[in-house]
Amino acid sequence: MTYTMSVDWIACDGRGLCAELLPERIAVDEWGFPLVGSEPMQADLLGHAQKAVAACPKLALRLTESAAG
Amino acid sequence: MTSISAPDLQVEGRILPDGIGAGKQRELVTHQQIHGPLDLAVSSADVIAAVAAAGLTGRGGAGFPMARKLTAVAAGSEPVVVANGAEGEPASSKDRVLLSYAPHLVLDGLQLACRATGATRAYVYVHEGPLVALLESLVAARRTAGVDAVTATVVAAPARFVSGQESAVVSALNGGRALPLAVPPSVYVKGVGRAPTLVQNVETLAHLALIGRHGASWFRSVGTEREPGSMLCTLGGAVAAPGVVEVPIGTRLGDVLARAGGSPGPLSAVLVGGYHGTWLPAGQAMDLSLSVEGLGPVGASPGAGVVVALSAQACGLSETARAVTYLAEQSARQCGPCLNGLPAMARTLTQLAGRERSRGLPERVLELAALVEGRGACHHPDGTVRLVRSALSVFAAEVATHQAGVCTATDDRPVLPVHPWRAGGAS
Ligand SMILES: Cc1cc2nc3c(=O)[nH]c(=O)nc-3n(C[C@H](O)[C@H](O)[C@H](O)COP(=O)(O)O)c2cc1C
Ligand code: SF4
Repeated sequence: MTYTMSVDWIACDGRGLCAELLPERIAVDEWGFPLVGSEPMQADLLGHAQKAVAACPKLALRLTESAAG
Repeated sequence: MTSISAPDLQVEGRILPDGIGAGKQRELVTHQQIHGPLDLAVSSADVIAAVAAAGLTGRGGAGFPMARKLTAVAAGSEPVVVANGAEGEPASSKDRVLLSYAPHLVLDGLQLACRATGATRAYVYVHEGPLVALLESLVAARRTAGVDAVTATVVAAPARFVSGQESAVVSALNGGRALPLAVPPSVYVKGVGRAPTLVQNVETLAHLALIGRHGASWFRSVGTEREPGSMLCTLGGAVAAPGVVEVPIGTRLGDVLARAGGSPGPLSAVLVGGYHGTWLPAGQAMDLSLSVEGLGPVGASPGAGVVVALSAQACGLSETARAVTYLAEQSARQCGPCLNGLPAMARTLTQLAGRERSRGLPERVLELAALVEGRGACHHPDGTVRLVRSALSVFAAEVATHQAGVCTATDDRPVLPVHPWRAGGAS
């Protein structure tokens, strides 16, 4: 099982909390909105990723399971 | 009856037969005389099988196989069917022409789609203005005549570019604003009133009505093996007679433009697929065929059939800057990258077109394009990026001259329309 991150762009207001909590994987663009990339989340970062998802005040960050492969 | 301004029209085909005057087919009796009766006492499986055999794909821009959507929605409980006639794209008028000239074909197709999916609720979502009253009166006439199993509700679509995006359609029909919603789940799973919802372009439904009458092999007798049937196109720009035509899919672009009387002078480029489409150099475009298969190799697609010819005397960069400024204004302003990136891209293109000598303008446009791509709730940013990238590549020579402070264009009259069409006036 692998996990990928995505953003609900309508909900996201670019506070940048996720990038602070998961700088290894989330950068922000010039307007402060997250750049999450489409590569699967590394297993060792999964815990941090889940924290970032839980911390988003807008519930705009998603971690979705996708079948491996 | 409400008058609809008659767009220049030259048709010859199946859903818009030639020689039938404006408005005649609005009469149910005339419509039935022209096209023959439609048998609604068919099973869902038969309709879906016929659509699959016909190979009918969506005519609203994405070209998705209709049979797959019918199957998915039919599997859900108490589905809803929507005819999408929002046509927010200012360069397109094919849906308006279809709804003015052959509205009963669309309404017939809507009934068949209800049959196929088991829907008991149906909507006609149509560009605001006189078409709303026209369709209301036609739905009422059909009700009186007892031809429909499901009485459709007509709803006005705001005249904005994104109003016809499918989740915006669902939002509007749910009483909200006509703006895209966060996906997923898709509207085919949860749409109007949370029910699975089939959203089809009005032209797709008109083709369905003809498949219901004449069958799949008749449908496949024009078009290509992989993309059967005909499609409506809106031809504009530097052509003798702009308007809507119906052509077999796969027609050579040069022949498509010839249907609008050809071009009075040399062309520099052709915009294919509308404002979410692609500029192609005129020399290359003419011999390509208007199909996904024919245009795919050059990164283009027929979209909803908008083809605009650009005169060699016009400035492709100014045209693109104007279109992108419009597209930026049309952002639903819900998603950060779209809200910030599209106006920034429009400003930079306007500087470039205006021969401003700041360094790195084309590079900045491409950087912004990469920043907005794939980062919105709908495909509005992606479509805009496609237009912009194709402009920088097709008008590369103009980019260079503009940066040196020179625009070689001699005709600065605007070509691409940037206001939504308004039906009205004399017919
Ligand atoms: C910004 C945007 C605007 C759209 N506007 C329309 C429209 O006005 N009419 C339409 O039929 N489809 C429009 N679409 C496509 C719809 O989302 C949907 O794919 C279509 O209605 C499905 O019908 P079809 O499969 O019969 O083409 C739009 C899509 C986008 C991204
Ligand atoms: S991407 Fe743009 S147009 Fe689409 S929903 Fe977001 S803000 Fe609106």
